[in-house]
Amino acid sequence: MQDIKPLYEAILEGREKDAEALTREAVQSGVDPTRIVKEGVIPAMAEAGRRFECTEFFVPDLLLASRAMKAALRILGNATDPLGRVVIGTVKGDLHDIGKNLVAALLEGAGFEVIDLGYNVQPEQFVKAVQDKNANVVALSALLTTTMGSMRLTIDALKQAGIRDRVKVLVGGAPITQKFADEIGADGYGDNAAEAVTVARRCLAV
Amino acid sequence: MATAITPQKRSPWPAVASPSNTPTGSRAVHAPVLTGIDARARHLMPIALEQLVANGPVITDGAWGTELQARGLDPGDIPDLWNLARPEAVAEVAQAYIDAGSQIILTNTFGANRIRLGDHVPASQVPEINRRGVQLSRQAAAGRALVFASIGPTGKLLLTNEVTPETLATAFTEQAQALAEGGADALVIETMADLTEATIALEAAKTTGLPVVACMVFDTGKDKDRTLMGITPEQAARALTEAGADAIGANCGVGIERYVPVCRRLRNATQRPVWIKPNAGCPTVVEGRITYNTSPAEFAAHVPDLRAAGASFIGGCCGTNPRFIQAIAQSLHPTAFEDSTLARRGREGGQAQQGLHEPEDSTGSEAAPR
Repeated sequence: MQDIKPLYEAILEGREKDAEALTREAVQSGVDPTRIVKEGVIPAMAEAGRRFECTEFFVPDLLLASRAMKAALRILGNATDPLGRVVIGTVKGDLHDIGKNLVAALLEGAGFEVIDLGYNVQPEQFVKAVQDKNANVVALSALLTTTMGSMRLTIDALKQAGIRDRVKVLVGGAPITQKFADEIGADGYGDNAAEAVTVARRCLAV
Repeated sequence: MATAITPQKRSPWPAVASPSNTPTGSRAVHAPVLTGIDARARHLMPIALEQLVANGPVITDGAWGTELQARGLDPGDIPDLWNLARPEAVAEVAQAYIDAGSQIILTNTFGANRIRLGDHVPASQVPEINRRGVQLSRQAAAGRALVFASIGPTGKLLLTNEVTPETLATAFTEQAQALAEGGADALVIETMADLTEATIALEAAKTTGLPVVACMVFDTGKDKDRTLMGITPEQAARALTEAGADAIGANCGVGIERYVPVCRRLRNATQRPVWIKPNAGCPTVVEGRITYNTSPAEFAAHVPDLRAAGASFIGGCCGTNPRFIQAIAQSLHPTAFEDSTLARRGREGGQAQQGLHEPEDSTGSEAAPR
């Protein structure tokens, strides 16, 4: 049995080149890609998220880990069935995407398929992506107090398109609170990127 | 220190004038005015920050964005564009801070770099927006306050290759040069989370020959004493001092009480004066409006702690307004306040305390300007 630990450490420590080489090596020597994902990639990103949550890790650490994770996943392809399919974006009017990128990375690292629409995403774009990709989670980010209202508009657009019941809506970002999430009828709220993963899993019961 | 003045040139800049030298008239000036701000002299030699603060903390200003919104700026619109579109409103904000007792005011140029403004105005307008920003503050100051021009972050991450160091250097150099041309007394680099970006901005600002204050925002981690990127006050102070900053600081953040220990740690890690401009607490949303939970009086109650922790420049960031500056002035200069303002206000109907105890609110500011 080939040891997956070095790959786990390479991802956690954000060593992109090493993660890539170790993944290739493992695949070439016949290790089951599913095992590489389940025993290497997912635990590494879970640990990165845990460290971020208890402030042992900061944004750069998480971004580097996610970069290393992506290098591994590029080689592994769709080795595992995704836990769910997430459409994520920073809402209309808001150009900030660091927080959204961290959430996207941790969701992907946890085994979700993530469709990242970027920032300043119009409500209609979320609707279309849910329809086109058959997503079951919509994750909305806002950093500005002035753009929080776009979250409500996005939920309204999902309702109007008749697909609100098909998806779980998660919200987060600096000015967002559980109370606000409840007010606008979101299904879940995460206080930080790591919690977003917990909330996504809880909402889908996976 | 590159921008220190030689001892024999010291005389034009006594740090603080006595209250009796302050301009009289209808405006309430609660803090002593910094004197010796002579345009001709300034061209001969930049001001020396260390001498400016030799006699105690200097009062800076409060938030601009929310003040402009109070004058009709739509939430989500870019404040910097008002330097050309609504200069009278920008001048009013500057004036309000000077009237409240600011000895240093900043400029409405926080986001006026070509990376942030690029999608909204032609690149050729960027220097003009910066020059106008300084001119508006200078006209409002009319010699009663110094003008330190504001440089904020670009909002792009070096770490994810969203932007290159060269692009940052070009943008910050362009902005700094325009601010210097507009007549700034010094430059203030604010709200930086990334030490690399802060250092690039500092190096660009230093090319003007003006004194430079370099500030970061500490709002992350268990004790809210790291920047978003994980930088500690000690790391910031050492690196920015090394890179030639004339003062080191912290602005924005999660409230004034958290910045007392941050100030002490900056103080212990650098010989340079320390600049502190905290938020009025954390923003919360009440009935769709942004509310900051600290009142001017609560804010000012921490000013003695901040002073004891070694702050040489004290003002406010998001959620603060001229009433906070008044409260700071009252805390730092109780005698001047009692002698002039209280007496005058008393004659005008006992309104001296008006507003000092009300909770603050404002709409549409950034929860965290990064």
